[in-house]
Amino acid sequence: MTAPAVFARDLTRRFGDFTAVDHISFEVATGEVFGFLGANGAGKTTAMKMLIGLLAPTEGEARVADLDIVTQTEQVRCRIGYMSQRFSLYEDLTVKENISLYGGIYGLSDSTIAERSRNMMESLGLKDELVGKLPLGWKQKLAFSVALLHEPAVVFLDEPTGGVDPITRRQFWELIYAAAARGTTVFVTTHYMDEAEYCDRISIMVAGKIATMGSPGDLKKKWNVSTIDELFVRLARPT
Amino acid sequence: MNSADVVVQNLSRKFGETQALSDVSLEVQHGELFGLVGPDGAGKSTLFRILTTLIVPDAGSATVLGLDVVRDLWKIRSIIGYMPGRFSLYGDLTVRENLSFFASVFGTTIEKGYDLIAPIYKQIEEFSERRAQDLSGGMKQKLALSCALVHRPQILFLDEPTTGVDAVSRREFWDQLGKLKASGLTILVSTPYMDEAMRCDRVALMQNGQILHIDRPGDVGRHYPLPLARVIGAKRYQMLLALRDAPHAHSVYPFGAELHFTDDRAGYAPDKVSAELREFLLGHGFDDATVEPIQAGIEDNFMELMATQARAS
Repeated sequence: MTAPAVFARDLTRRFGDFTAVDHISFEVATGEVFGFLGANGAGKTTAMKMLIGLLAPTEGEARVADLDIVTQTEQVRCRIGYMSQRFSLYEDLTVKENISLYGGIYGLSDSTIAERSRNMMESLGLKDELVGKLPLGWKQKLAFSVALLHEPAVVFLDEPTGGVDPITRRQFWELIYAAAARGTTVFVTTHYMDEAEYCDRISIMVAGKIATMGSPGDLKKKWNVSTIDELFVRLARPT
Repeated sequence: MNSADVVVQNLSRKFGETQALSDVSLEVQHGELFGLVGPDGAGKSTLFRILTTLIVPDAGSATVLGLDVVRDLWKIRSIIGYMPGRFSLYGDLTVRENLSFFASVFGTTIEKGYDLIAPIYKQIEEFSERRAQDLSGGMKQKLALSCALVHRPQILFLDEPTTGVDAVSRREFWDQLGKLKASGLTILVSTPYMDEAMRCDRVALMQNGQILHIDRPGDVGRHYPLPLARVIGAKRYQMLLALRDAPHAHSVYPFGAELHFTDDRAGYAPDKVSAELREFLLGHGFDDATVEPIQAGIEDNFMELMATQARAS
């Protein structure tokens, strides 16, 4: 029996009197694409920051790639990739320079970096130009590939497709599918509700708690709605 | 004399080597809710900045309420409301101070504009003494809209008011726009979210500085040039890859839980396309797949127009 790629039990974070994340529990299996949804302020970002080791929980426990996020924070960071909603590459470095920088940070050998950057640029169809000159969609695809450079067990994506055109958005999701098919676990947030349906399973956070969780198909049946958008609105603004 | 509230004729604008706008023309009628739909870099903000007199075009002309955007800039500025894409309020002023400031710039007061902004402002009024920088994203957006409305403009320009805002707040924001439109206000709004296009009277689909198409949102799909089918089945990703190799595949895209398959034979019967696809998928072991012809939506059409534009350039 293999351990889940992400495991959380009663994970909680308080800021003063405010409970941003309130005893959330869930598991994400290896190779799963897990959509982490919620309204602004529901606690998604706080939860994600705890899982990637940027914020300590007040209560509860969590394991990522079978490592404890509190006692093994450094090891967790080596085993995960992260792509923030703000573009995370250096615009005044070239494509190759960015890849070398991140490869170096993760301790990859020069030969590994050379090989992986060649493969990456070939499969994305990129030339070695300044990253600042790339269109937004290409930057996002490159940022995702760089987040996968050190072959992490789990990759965390925070609104990766904001502002991107509809074709590039779909190409991005195909990169996600391909990574998942290779066994990488994908943990993703988005404001596009149609994208929620690309995930194997989703959770919807409301006021610090997980209001519902399951596959998009099962959730639509369970709540008797035709789209995840409809479900999201119902849960996030109960009337 | 053209009576439309906004008339844009052959506008072009370059920034360095980037052609931000390229020969753009459109008209917005009085009382219309008109949407500019497209991704980052499509040229939406450049068009807004020209129409709100913040930058001048390299070529072409535009009028707002009959006034020229280059010659009559001061007259235009006093009668329009503008909500820029970036948060434009003063973070260290309170909610009330921001609103009061924008009212005074236009020589008016909060009280004089209150009935117009009330439906929106009431939702944040309990935080009137809070600094704007401490508001949530949704509340900032409501304050920015209130500030753009407080001087009773005759036309409203909203540049990506819902970007980065969650699906529920987006819906509420569009409900408010619907009410403002009902009061007779002309509204130009831009968005990267295709689903929001459906809330507009007409939309211009934009990409790479050009307008690809202008239409009523419900009619955009009618011009789709090729047969389109919807495919549903459990092994979505494998099916997507397989369908790309199907005979006569023009494009295959994931659409939420579905796949959309476009056949490359214009005028070929949609039923036949579906029947052939069913056969093809069965032959490749996808025996749970369902296939049916569908009418194209705005996003199908946008992607097809984008691909056509890319082939042409």
